[in-house]
Amino acid sequence: MSAAKDVLTHPVAKNNPIALQILGVCSALAVTSNLNTALVMTMAVIAVTAFSNLFVSLIREHIPSNIRIICQMTIIASLVIVVDQILKAFAYDVSKQLSVFVGLIITNCIVMGRAEAFAMQNPPGISFMDGIGNGLGYGVVLIFVGFFRELLGAGSLFGIEILPLINNGGWYQANGLLLLPPSAFFLIGIFIWIIRTWDPSQVEAPEFEMAPNTKKEAA
Amino acid sequence: MEQYISLAVKAIFVENMALSFFLGMCTFLAISKKVQTSLGLGIAVIVVLAITTPVNNLIYNGLLREGALAWAGFPEVDLSFLGYISYIGVIAAMVQILEMFLDKYVPVLYNSLGVFLPLITVNCAIMGAALFMVERDYTFSESIVYGTGAGIGWALAITALAGIREKLKYSDVPAGLRGLGITFITVGLMSLGFMSFSGVQL
Repeated sequence: MSAAKDVLTHPVAKNNPIALQILGVCSALAVTSNLNTALVMTMAVIAVTAFSNLFVSLIREHIPSNIRIICQMTIIASLVIVVDQILKAFAYDVSKQLSVFVGLIITNCIVMGRAEAFAMQNPPGISFMDGIGNGLGYGVVLIFVGFFRELLGAGSLFGIEILPLINNGGWYQANGLLLLPPSAFFLIGIFIWIIRTWDPSQVEAPEFEMAPNTKKEAA
Repeated sequence: MEQYISLAVKAIFVENMALSFFLGMCTFLAISKKVQTSLGLGIAVIVVLAITTPVNNLIYNGLLREGALAWAGFPEVDLSFLGYISYIGVIAAMVQILEMFLDKYVPVLYNSLGVFLPLITVNCAIMGAALFMVERDYTFSESIVYGTGAGIGWALAITALAGIREKLKYSDVPAGLRGLGITFITVGLMSLGFMSFSGVQL
C-alpha cells in the first residue's frame, strides 16, 4: 500500500514532472490564463496519463521492443481522441478555448515519458497510480500558475470576480501582463525556485565555478 | 504573393511557435545549452515542418474532412475525428523516411542531425503546426509557407536562447533558480521582446 502512496505523492513535489524533469511544459503554459481551462486540462491529462499507463502496462509483455514507440503512440492518440470527443460533447466552450492543446496531449512528454519509463516495467495497478500521480504533479503547477494569472490579471477566479476592477467601479487595476504569454514563464520560474528552496537536493550543480580570489589574505 | 509574405512574417515573428504558443518547449529547454547543437536541431525542425505540414494538409483535405470522400462515393462521411492519430502517424512516418533518406543519400547532413531526428516526432511544434493548419483552414500553398515559417521561427528562438545560455553560465544565479529556473525567466524575457512584433501591421 505504501508503494502505491509513494508513486502517487512523489511526482507532486519531490519529483515534479514539470519542475524537475522538464516534461510537458508546452501545454502547461498555454492553457493557464484562467483557472477553468487549467482545471479541465489537468483532468484531461490525468485521465490520459493514467489510462495510457494502464493499457501500455497490460500489453507490455507482447510489444516487440523495436516498435514500442509506435504502439504507445497509437494507444495515447486513441485515448486523446476519446477525451477530445467527450469534451466536445459535454464542455463545448472549454474545448473551443483549449483549441489545439487537447490534441497536443499526444505529444505531451509526460504521457510518453511515463509509458516508456514506468509502465513498460511495472504491473498495471501500480502503473495506473503512477499515471494519476504524474498527472497530479502536472496539475499542481498548472493550477498554481492559473490561479495567479487569473487573480492578478483579470481580478477573478473561475470567472467570478474576487478583486473588484476599476472598470466596474472597484479598486483593483488589472495587470494585463499576466494574461500574456511571458508571465507564464516567470511564474513557472518562480514556482521552481520555491520548490528548490524547500527541497535543496533538487538544486542543479553550477556549470561554471569562479576561481577563489587568490589575494584573499592581502585584503 | 503579398498574403504569403505576410503569413510567413506572422508565422516567424508575431506568432512564434516557441515564444508565444509555447510549443516544442521540452526540447527547447533541454537542448539549448550550446549554439552548435541547437542550430542543428533548429534546421531539422525546419525541414520536418516544411514537409509534414503540407502532407497533413493533403490528408485532411483529401481524406478526412467532411465530404472529402465524395470521390469514393461517400459524400456524407466525416472522418475528422481521426485527425490526431493520422497526423501523428504521418509525422512519425515522415521522420523515419527522412532519416533513412538522409542516411543513404546525404550522410554529412545525417551525421550532424542524426541524434535529433527521432526526437522531433514528439516535438509539440510539429504536431501543433498540423493542428493550427487544420483549425485555420489553410490552403495547400499557404500550408507550405506556414510550415516553413513556423520552423524558421522556432529555430531562431532556440538559437537565440542557446546564445544567451552560453553567456549566462558565467553569472552567479541564486542556488534555487540555477539551471531550469533561470532558463524559464530568460525565455519569459525573450518572449516579452518578441511580443513587440505583435504591433507590426501587415
